[in-house]
Amino acid sequence: MNAGAVTEIRNSRSKIHPKQFALLIACASIMMMFAAWTSAYIVRQAAGNWLEFRMPDLFFVSTAVILLSSLSLHSSYISFKRGNEQMYKLLLVTTFILGIAFLVLQYMGWQAMIEIGVPLKTNPSGDFVYMISGAHALHILGGIAVLIVAMLHAFILKFNPTPARKLRFELTLTYWHFVDLLWVYLLLFLTLQG
Amino acid sequence: MNDVVTTTTYDEDVLIQELGYDDHFHDHHHGDKYQSNFIMHYIFSMDHKIIARQFLITGMFWAVIGGLMSLVFRLQLGFPEESMAWLKPVLGKWIVLNDAGIGTLAPEFYYALVTMHGTIIVFFVLTAGLSGTFSNLLIPLQIGARDMASPFLNMLSYWFFFLAGVVMFASLFLSTGPFSGGWTAYPPLSALPQASTGSGAGMTLWVTSLVFFVVSVLLGGVNYITTVLNMRTKGMTMWRMPLTIWAFFITAIIGLLSFPVLVSGLLMVMMDRGLGTSFFLSEIFIGGQALEHVGGSPILYQHLFWFLGHPEVYIIILPAMGIVSEVLSVHARKPIFGYKAMVYSILAIAFLSFIVWAHHMFMSGVNPFISNFFVIFTLIIAVPSAVKVFNWITTLYGGNIRFNSANLFAIGFVSMFISGGLTGIFLGNSAIDIQLHDTYFVVAHFHIVMGIAAFFGMYAGVYHWFPKMFGRFMNETLGKIHFWVTMIGAYAIFWPMHYIGMAGVPRRYYSFDSFQAFSHFSELNQFITIAAIIVFAAQVLMVINFFYSIWRGKVVTEKNPWGASTLEWTTPINAGHGNWEGNIPAVQRWPYDYGKDGKEFIPQIVPLAEGEKDGGDH
Repeated sequence: MNAGAVTEIRNSRSKIHPKQFALLIACASIMMMFAAWTSAYIVRQAAGNWLEFRMPDLFFVSTAVILLSSLSLHSSYISFKRGNEQMYKLLLVTTFILGIAFLVLQYMGWQAMIEIGVPLKTNPSGDFVYMISGAHALHILGGIAVLIVAMLHAFILKFNPTPARKLRFELTLTYWHFVDLLWVYLLLFLTLQG
Repeated sequence: MNDVVTTTTYDEDVLIQELGYDDHFHDHHHGDKYQSNFIMHYIFSMDHKIIARQFLITGMFWAVIGGLMSLVFRLQLGFPEESMAWLKPVLGKWIVLNDAGIGTLAPEFYYALVTMHGTIIVFFVLTAGLSGTFSNLLIPLQIGARDMASPFLNMLSYWFFFLAGVVMFASLFLSTGPFSGGWTAYPPLSALPQASTGSGAGMTLWVTSLVFFVVSVLLGGVNYITTVLNMRTKGMTMWRMPLTIWAFFITAIIGLLSFPVLVSGLLMVMMDRGLGTSFFLSEIFIGGQALEHVGGSPILYQHLFWFLGHPEVYIIILPAMGIVSEVLSVHARKPIFGYKAMVYSILAIAFLSFIVWAHHMFMSGVNPFISNFFVIFTLIIAVPSAVKVFNWITTLYGGNIRFNSANLFAIGFVSMFISGGLTGIFLGNSAIDIQLHDTYFVVAHFHIVMGIAAFFGMYAGVYHWFPKMFGRFMNETLGKIHFWVTMIGAYAIFWPMHYIGMAGVPRRYYSFDSFQAFSHFSELNQFITIAAIIVFAAQVLMVINFFYSIWRGKVVTEKNPWGASTLEWTTPINAGHGNWEGNIPAVQRWPYDYGKDGKEFIPQIVPLAEGEKDGGDH
């Protein structure tokens, strides 16, 4: 990436960094994809032949984990800005571990769905849950890739909170918060609507 | 208008140097990194002007492919009795020879051609080739930016488009043929691999290609929006942006909100195909065997598809509208009439485009009471559209009009948009749609209003900005021949289709042999086919003119050959990376000061005179 070139071109009068702004727009776009699925869910549900089942509790556990990971990444960012190197690295790794834990819990959640008798192809109600949570898990996977890059920066480069690295961290943070809140929305939707 | 109009020359370089601002761009010599060698300069370029040209030339390639496909199926429709054996060397097994050596077009391939023609022209030519080209070229140049917010993502945007093209192109050579279920890819033809020959590998490649394409649109769109909102030069307020920029900006927003919904629908199709879910499939028998799919709803797919599909037609037409507004104003030597009304109508069209999608589904089983809602909003779109038409006509009225190729195509756009728009009012009524749906009336309507019209907008843009892109002019004589043949020919193709459609002839049919009622249209169909061949020949002329002029065209000797007031004409004739050699120009006024205060035109960088009111602030 040519972070340098963009910073050079950047219009100094703008309040929000163009890259941060671009990321927010991309998030809005991702949100539209999930909004389409949840809308399709409502339309399909209204058409009948709809199997009702309770979302496995594991999905609530995973929600707690992903919320904690957002908290730890935010704290890591604050530590980074304050120059607390140890805390910054520790919390970054914590976030990464929590992120992986979330994916494992989601996988266990799908297993639990199979156990209660809703494997794939049973009924569109279950298929929607698999598809929506699966697509969300892919976005978490993208977030984990970004976290790995952030950790490589943290452990390989010398600790130095330059504006460029601060921006990079902010972008990571924005995306991670987004996929976290996206899951909270999806879980609330699937619990209340289903 | 003033009686005396003087041609004033402005020393732009001095104005930019004195009033512009220094962003220290040239201190760092970042420009060299972009243009150091052939590969970085012309292939993996991150310069928005090169990327624009890449989009344009790739779009032209696809336009030729898509156009040729339409000729093949027009031959089938116009001359169903004639032998197509002469096409055997090109189409191979899709031309079936009988014992007497008479070749006929394979019906499966006819459907594949119709499908590919739609997909290619809608997505690759009129989305990527039109908004991709001109958004890339004009956004940085007209708002006074060195480049896009992220040149890297911009490059990726082109290469994802290229990849989408490679996959789609490969699908043309599959032994089972490309996807053949219509460009809308309705289930079950799209969701069951065994539904038809094209539904297998052809559909898989079609979806893969479209997903790459959506990635390209999103990367481009994120960049366009960010650039317009964050990187405008000093003085370039939103109300001083040329209408081109407004159009590209709103187009990008529509794209970002609607294309993800298409991806949602396509992912569900893929799950039905690959994992055996039943989102869109229900109680289907194939070869006498009942499939396991139960409880799906194909209408659900149509909702998801048209939630993109309808905004998509505005993604196609809005950039053309923006280009036409700019070209008309420059070549009529008059300010655009009703600048703010133009902007508000773009916003209104964009908003309405999201709440009319079910008018594509009146006859496919949606609740007729829900249809009422969509009828009303569909008809309301006529209001902002009419505002724009009135403003274009009043811009021309009393103007000192230059009838060059660019302006002729812009005027032609207005004609096409009126003709095609009026038939939209018929189709928007769910009651009249009972007769007209899925007939040639629909084909005529959308080809004129978003096919031909969008092409005209694109041609207006190509002829107008060719000097900026290549430092040379296109040949005017060939341009005028291109215009008149296309203008008359396009009406010759599509005007008769209205009559055929009103008589009830359905679209997408391979042959009308068994319909006695339609047999008297065979001569009209021949006429349409001949007109289509002539129009295609004129487009080949345009392509020849384009490439000839890149190397041999008349050289541009002054920075601002059209006497236009916008910023792109203040850059050097062959601008390098970073667009302006010294400072970035500062903007002092709105972009449409033509024929004001006795001056022929006043560039945006010229400060307002004492007591002068800025044009945009009515």
